[in-house]
Amino acid sequence: MAERVRVKALTPPGHVRAPWYLRGREGVVERSLGNFHNPEQLAYGLPAETKPLYRVRFTMAELWGPAAENPTDTLDAELYGHWLEKARTHAA
Amino acid sequence: MPHDHPDHDHDHHDHDHDHDHGPFHHEGMSPSGHPYRHDNDSPLTYWQRMEIAVRELLIDKGRITAAEIANQIEAMDARSPTNGAAVVARAWTDPAFKARLLHDASAASREMGFDIGPLNLIAVENTADTHNLIVCTLCSCYPRNLLGLPPDWYKTRAYRTRAVREPRAVLREFGLDLPANTTVRVHDSTADMRYLVLPARPAGTDTLTERELAALVTRDSMIGTGLPLRP
Repeated sequence: MAERVRVKALTPPGHVRAPWYLRGREGVVERSLGNFHNPEQLAYGLPAETKPLYRVRFTMAELWGPAAENPTDTLDAELYGHWLEKARTHAA
Repeated sequence: MPHDHPDHDHDHHDHDHDHDHGPFHHEGMSPSGHPYRHDNDSPLTYWQRMEIAVRELLIDKGRITAAEIANQIEAMDARSPTNGAAVVARAWTDPAFKARLLHDASAASREMGFDIGPLNLIAVENTADTHNLIVCTLCSCYPRNLLGLPPDWYKTRAYRTRAVREPRAVLREFGLDLPANTTVRVHDSTADMRYLVLPARPAGTDTLTERELAALVTRDSMIGTGLPLRP
Protein backbone atom coordinates (compact mmCIF):
# COMPACT_ATOMS: atom_id res chain seq x y z
CA MET A 1 0.00 0.00 0.00
CA ALA A 2 2.91 2.35 0.67
CA GLU A 3 3.37 3.03 -2.99
CA ARG A 4 6.47 5.05 -3.88
CA VAL A 5 5.73 7.95 -6.18
CA ARG A 6 7.53 10.87 -7.73
CA VAL A 7 6.02 14.29 -8.28
CA LYS A 8 6.36 15.18 -11.93
CA ALA A 9 8.98 17.84 -12.54
CA LEU A 10 6.77 19.87 -14.86
CA THR A 11 6.42 23.63 -15.10
CA PRO A 12 3.11 24.17 -16.88
CA PRO A 13 1.65 27.68 -17.11
CA GLY A 14 -1.41 28.66 -15.12
CA HIS A 15 -2.90 27.66 -11.78
CA VAL A 16 -1.55 24.42 -10.32
CA ARG A 17 -1.58 23.03 -6.80
CA ALA A 18 1.64 21.02 -6.86
CA PRO A 19 4.06 23.21 -4.88
CA TRP A 20 7.34 23.96 -6.58
CA TYR A 21 9.41 22.57 -3.71
CA LEU A 22 7.89 19.10 -4.17
CA ARG A 23 8.39 18.76 -7.91
CA GLY A 24 10.73 15.95 -8.82
CA ARG A 25 10.70 14.66 -5.22
CA GLU A 26 9.85 11.11 -4.21
CA GLY A 27 7.59 10.05 -1.40
CA VAL A 28 5.11 7.37 -0.39
CA VAL A 29 1.34 7.49 -0.65
CA GLU A 30 0.09 7.99 2.91
CA ARG A 31 -3.57 7.60 1.96
CA SER A 32 -5.96 8.00 -0.94
CA LEU A 33 -8.50 10.77 -0.49
CA GLY A 34 -10.96 10.08 -3.30
CA ASN A 35 -11.79 12.11 -6.37
CA PHE A 36 -11.98 15.89 -6.49
CA HIS A 37 -12.61 18.40 -9.24
CA ASN A 38 -9.38 19.47 -10.87
CA PRO A 39 -8.46 22.96 -9.55
CA GLU A 40 -6.42 23.61 -12.69
CA GLN A 41 -9.73 23.92 -14.57
CA LEU A 42 -11.87 25.20 -11.71
CA ALA A 43 -9.56 28.19 -11.36
CA TYR A 44 -10.62 29.39 -14.82
CA GLY A 45 -14.33 28.63 -14.44
CA LEU A 46 -14.01 25.70 -16.83
CA PRO A 47 -15.93 22.43 -16.50
CA ALA A 48 -13.60 20.41 -14.27
CA GLU A 49 -13.15 16.68 -14.44
CA THR A 50 -12.52 14.82 -11.21
CA LYS A 51 -9.05 13.56 -10.42
CA PRO A 52 -7.85 11.20 -7.69
CA LEU A 53 -6.18 12.99 -4.82
CA TYR A 54 -3.52 11.49 -2.57
CA ARG A 55 -1.63 12.44 0.53
CA VAL A 56 2.03 11.85 -0.16
CA ARG A 57 4.63 11.72 2.63
CA PHE A 58 8.17 12.94 2.00
CA THR A 59 11.13 12.85 4.34
CA MET A 60 12.85 16.15 5.05
CA ALA A 61 16.05 14.51 3.77
CA GLU A 62 14.34 13.94 0.41
CA LEU A 63 13.15 17.54 0.23
CA TRP A 64 16.15 19.45 1.52
CA GLY A 65 19.09 17.05 1.27
CA PRO A 66 21.99 17.76 3.60
CA ALA A 67 20.34 21.06 4.58
CA ALA A 68 17.47 19.20 6.24
CA GLU A 69 16.91 20.32 9.80
CA ASN A 70 16.16 16.75 10.90
CA PRO A 71 16.33 14.20 8.05
CA THR A 72 13.66 11.81 9.37
CA ASP A 73 10.99 14.43 10.03
CA THR A 74 8.31 14.32 7.38
CA LEU A 75 6.14 16.52 5.21
CA ASP A 76 2.74 15.39 3.94
CA ALA A 77 1.05 17.16 1.03
CA GLU A 78 -2.02 16.56 -1.10
CA LEU A 79 -1.24 15.87 -4.73
CA TYR A 80 -3.48 14.99 -7.65
CA GLY A 81 -2.89 11.72 -9.47
CA HIS A 82 -1.98 13.40 -12.74
CA TRP A 83 1.00 15.01 -10.98
CA LEU A 84 2.39 11.66 -9.79
CA GLU A 85 4.33 8.94 -11.53
CA LYS A 86 5.77 5.70 -10.27
CA ALA A 87 9.07 6.37 -8.54
CA ARG A 88 12.11 5.24 -10.44
CA THR A 89 13.99 2.77 -8.32
CA HIS A 90 17.14 4.36 -7.04
CA ALA A 91 19.73 3.32 -9.62
CA ALA A 92 22.71 5.01 -8.02
CA MET B 1 11.43 50.56 24.59
CA PRO B 2 8.15 52.40 24.02
CA HIS B 3 6.23 49.13 23.53
CA ASP B 4 7.47 47.36 26.58
CA HIS B 5 3.96 46.82 27.89
CA PRO B 6 4.78 45.16 31.21
CA ASP B 7 6.06 48.45 32.57
CA HIS B 8 4.10 50.89 30.46
CA ASP B 9 5.09 53.74 32.78
CA HIS B 10 5.52 56.19 29.94
CA ASP B 11 1.72 56.18 29.73
CA HIS B 12 0.87 56.16 33.38
CA HIS B 13 3.58 57.89 35.32
CA ASP B 14 2.28 60.74 37.38
CA HIS B 15 4.99 63.31 36.98
CA ASP B 16 4.01 65.80 34.35
CA HIS B 17 6.86 66.74 32.08
CA ASP B 18 6.07 66.76 28.39
CA HIS B 19 6.34 63.33 26.77
CA ASP B 20 7.87 64.89 23.69
CA HIS B 21 10.93 65.64 25.72
CA GLY B 22 10.87 62.47 27.73
CA PRO B 23 13.18 59.52 27.32
CA PHE B 24 10.73 57.60 25.10
CA HIS B 25 10.26 60.14 22.32
CA HIS B 26 10.96 58.93 18.80
CA GLU B 27 10.50 60.73 15.50
CA GLY B 28 7.16 59.78 13.92
CA MET B 29 5.69 58.53 17.17
CA SER B 30 2.59 59.83 18.90
CA PRO B 31 3.05 61.35 22.36
CA SER B 32 2.07 57.99 23.84
CA GLY B 33 4.85 56.28 21.91
CA HIS B 34 2.88 54.63 19.12
CA PRO B 35 3.63 55.04 15.42
CA TYR B 36 1.36 57.32 13.42
CA ARG B 37 -0.49 55.48 10.70
CA HIS B 38 -2.07 56.85 7.58
CA ASP B 39 -5.83 56.82 7.33
CA ASN B 40 -6.94 54.27 4.77
CA ASP B 41 -8.53 56.81 2.44
CA SER B 42 -6.74 55.68 -0.71
CA PRO B 43 -8.90 54.81 -3.73
CA LEU B 44 -10.56 51.40 -3.97
CA THR B 45 -8.52 48.70 -5.64
CA TYR B 46 -9.69 46.90 -8.76
CA TRP B 47 -10.80 43.87 -6.72
CA GLN B 48 -12.60 45.96 -4.12
CA ARG B 49 -14.61 47.62 -6.91
CA MET B 50 -15.25 44.19 -8.44
CA GLU B 51 -16.55 42.83 -5.11
CA ILE B 52 -18.89 45.79 -4.64
CA ALA B 53 -20.15 45.55 -8.23
CA VAL B 54 -20.86 41.80 -8.01
CA ARG B 55 -22.49 42.14 -4.60
CA GLU B 56 -24.74 44.99 -5.73
CA LEU B 57 -25.71 43.12 -8.90
CA LEU B 58 -26.63 40.01 -6.90
CA ILE B 59 -28.79 42.13 -4.61
CA ASP B 60 -30.37 44.10 -7.50
CA LYS B 61 -31.28 40.92 -9.30
CA GLY B 62 -32.83 39.43 -6.18
CA ARG B 63 -30.41 36.50 -5.95
CA ILE B 64 -29.39 37.36 -2.41
CA THR B 65 -30.35 40.02 0.14
CA ALA B 66 -28.13 42.45 2.00
CA ALA B 67 -29.39 40.88 5.24
CA GLU B 68 -28.26 37.42 4.11
CA ILE B 69 -24.78 38.76 3.38
CA ALA B 70 -24.61 40.47 6.78
CA ASN B 71 -25.83 37.29 8.50
CA GLN B 72 -23.21 35.17 6.75
CA ILE B 73 -20.44 37.58 7.75
CA GLU B 74 -21.68 37.43 11.34
CA ALA B 75 -21.75 33.65 11.23
CA MET B 76 -18.19 33.55 9.88
CA ASP B 77 -16.97 35.98 12.54
CA ALA B 78 -18.71 33.97 15.26
CA ARG B 79 -16.68 30.84 14.53
CA SER B 80 -13.83 30.53 16.96
CA PRO B 81 -11.28 28.05 18.25
CA THR B 82 -13.68 27.12 21.04
CA ASN B 83 -15.45 24.92 18.47
CA GLY B 84 -12.28 22.97 17.77
CA ALA B 85 -11.48 22.88 21.49
CA ALA B 86 -14.81 21.18 22.18
CA VAL B 87 -13.99 18.52 19.58
CA VAL B 88 -10.54 17.94 21.10
CA ALA B 89 -11.92 17.68 24.65
CA ARG B 90 -14.51 15.16 23.49
CA ALA B 91 -11.76 13.08 21.88
CA TRP B 92 -9.78 13.18 25.14
CA THR B 93 -12.70 11.86 27.15
CA ASP B 94 -14.39 9.47 24.73
CA PRO B 95 -12.13 6.86 23.06
CA ALA B 96 -14.84 5.78 20.61
CA PHE B 97 -15.31 9.40 19.49
CA LYS B 98 -11.55 9.81 19.16
CA ALA B 99 -11.45 6.76 16.87
CA ARG B 100 -14.23 8.26 14.75
CA LEU B 101 -12.44 11.64 14.68
CA LEU B 102 -9.21 10.10 13.43
CA HIS B 103 -11.14 8.05 10.87
CA ASP B 104 -13.33 10.89 9.53
CA ALA B 105 -12.95 14.24 11.27
CA SER B 106 -15.67 15.90 9.19
CA ALA B 107 -18.29 13.35 10.26
CA ALA B 108 -17.15 13.45 13.89
CA SER B 109 -17.40 17.27 13.97
CA ARG B 110 -20.87 17.20 12.45
CA GLU B 111 -21.84 14.56 15.01
CA MET B 112 -21.10 17.17 17.70
CA GLY B 113 -23.43 19.59 15.96
CA PHE B 114 -20.88 21.83 14.28
CA ASP B 115 -21.99 23.10 10.90
CA ILE B 116 -18.73 22.75 9.03
CA GLY B 117 -20.23 22.97 5.56
CA PRO B 118 -18.40 21.02 2.88
CA LEU B 119 -15.16 20.99 4.88
CA ASN B 120 -13.01 17.88 4.36
CA LEU B 121 -11.27 17.65 7.69
CA ILE B 122 -8.39 15.39 8.72
CA ALA B 123 -7.36 15.15 12.37
CA VAL B 124 -3.72 14.30 13.06
CA GLU B 125 -2.78 13.08 16.51
CA ASN B 126 0.15 14.21 18.62
CA THR B 127 1.57 11.32 20.61
CA ALA B 128 4.51 10.72 22.93
CA ASP B 129 6.83 10.54 19.92
CA THR B 130 5.07 12.54 17.18
CA HIS B 131 4.30 16.23 16.82
CA ASN B 132 2.17 17.58 13.97
CA LEU B 133 2.29 21.06 12.44
CA ILE B 134 -0.13 22.53 9.89
CA VAL B 135 0.72 25.01 7.15
CA CYS B 136 -0.61 26.07 3.78
CA THR B 137 2.36 27.01 1.61
CA LEU B 138 0.23 27.97 -1.39
CA CYS B 139 -2.15 30.38 0.32
CA SER B 140 -3.94 30.34 3.68
CA CYS B 141 -6.03 27.13 3.82
CA TYR B 142 -7.26 26.70 7.38
CA PRO B 143 -10.21 24.86 8.97
CA ARG B 144 -12.15 28.13 9.36
CA ASN B 145 -15.48 26.39 9.86
CA LEU B 146 -14.08 24.82 13.03
CA LEU B 147 -11.40 27.27 14.21
CA GLY B 148 -12.58 30.63 12.85
CA LEU B 149 -10.29 33.00 10.96
CA PRO B 150 -6.60 32.11 10.80
CA PRO B 151 -4.12 34.22 12.75
CA ASP B 152 -2.28 36.79 10.64
CA TRP B 153 1.07 35.04 11.05
CA TYR B 154 -0.38 31.86 9.52
CA LYS B 155 -0.74 33.74 6.22
CA THR B 156 2.72 35.32 6.18
CA ARG B 157 5.35 34.27 3.70
CA ALA B 158 7.75 33.75 6.60
CA TYR B 159 5.57 31.13 8.29
CA ARG B 160 4.54 29.47 5.04
CA THR B 161 8.10 29.06 3.77
CA ARG B 162 9.83 28.29 7.05
CA ALA B 163 7.30 25.79 8.46
CA VAL B 164 8.17 23.27 5.74
CA ARG B 165 11.89 23.89 5.72
CA GLU B 166 12.79 24.42 9.38
CA PRO B 167 9.73 23.50 11.44
CA ARG B 168 11.76 22.94 14.61
CA ALA B 169 13.26 26.42 14.46
CA VAL B 170 9.78 27.87 13.90
CA LEU B 171 8.40 25.90 16.84
CA ARG B 172 11.22 27.13 19.08
CA GLU B 173 10.19 30.68 18.25
CA PHE B 174 6.70 29.74 19.42
CA GLY B 175 8.26 28.52 22.66
CA LEU B 176 8.17 24.82 21.83
CA ASP B 177 11.54 23.10 21.93
CA LEU B 178 10.94 19.51 20.85
CA PRO B 179 13.35 16.73 21.77
CA ALA B 180 15.36 15.28 18.88
CA ASN B 181 13.64 11.91 19.24
CA THR B 182 10.20 13.42 18.60
CA THR B 183 9.23 13.05 14.94
CA VAL B 184 7.88 16.26 13.44
CA ARG B 185 5.23 15.76 10.80
CA VAL B 186 4.42 18.88 8.79
CA HIS B 187 1.17 18.89 6.82
CA ASP B 188 0.92 21.20 3.81
CA SER B 189 -2.77 21.84 2.99
CA THR B 190 -2.20 21.98 -0.74
CA ALA B 191 -5.64 20.95 -2.00
CA ASP B 192 -9.06 19.95 -0.69
CA MET B 193 -8.30 18.81 2.87
CA ARG B 194 -8.09 20.93 5.99
CA TYR B 195 -6.23 19.82 9.10
CA LEU B 196 -6.78 19.83 12.82
CA VAL B 197 -4.07 18.77 15.26
CA LEU B 198 -5.39 16.59 18.06
CA PRO B 199 -2.94 17.57 20.81
CA ALA B 200 -1.96 15.13 23.54
CA ARG B 201 -4.00 15.44 26.72
CA PRO B 202 -1.90 17.16 29.38
CA ALA B 203 -0.86 15.22 32.45
CA GLY B 204 -2.69 15.88 35.69
CA THR B 205 -6.10 16.34 34.07
CA ASP B 206 -7.73 13.06 35.13
CA THR B 207 -10.33 14.72 37.32
CA LEU B 208 -11.32 17.50 34.90
CA THR B 209 -14.67 17.59 33.13
CA GLU B 210 -14.93 17.76 29.36
CA ARG B 211 -15.78 21.47 29.63
CA GLU B 212 -12.78 22.14 31.86
CA LEU B 213 -10.55 20.24 29.45
CA ALA B 214 -11.82 22.29 26.50
CA ALA B 215 -10.63 25.46 28.27
CA LEU B 216 -7.06 24.09 28.09
CA VAL B 217 -7.14 23.67 24.30
CA THR B 218 -5.58 26.71 22.64
CA ARG B 219 -5.86 27.69 19.00
CA ASP B 220 -2.13 27.21 18.52
CA SER B 221 -2.28 23.71 20.00
CA MET B 222 -4.70 22.79 17.19
CA ILE B 223 -2.38 24.26 14.53
CA GLY B 224 0.61 22.56 16.11
CA THR B 225 2.53 25.71 17.04
CA GLY B 226 1.73 25.21 20.71
CA LEU B 227 0.67 22.75 23.35
CA PRO B 228 -2.51 22.76 25.45
CA LEU B 229 -2.42 24.74 28.68
CA ARG B 230 -1.69 22.89 31.91
CA PRO B 231 -4.38 22.85 34.56
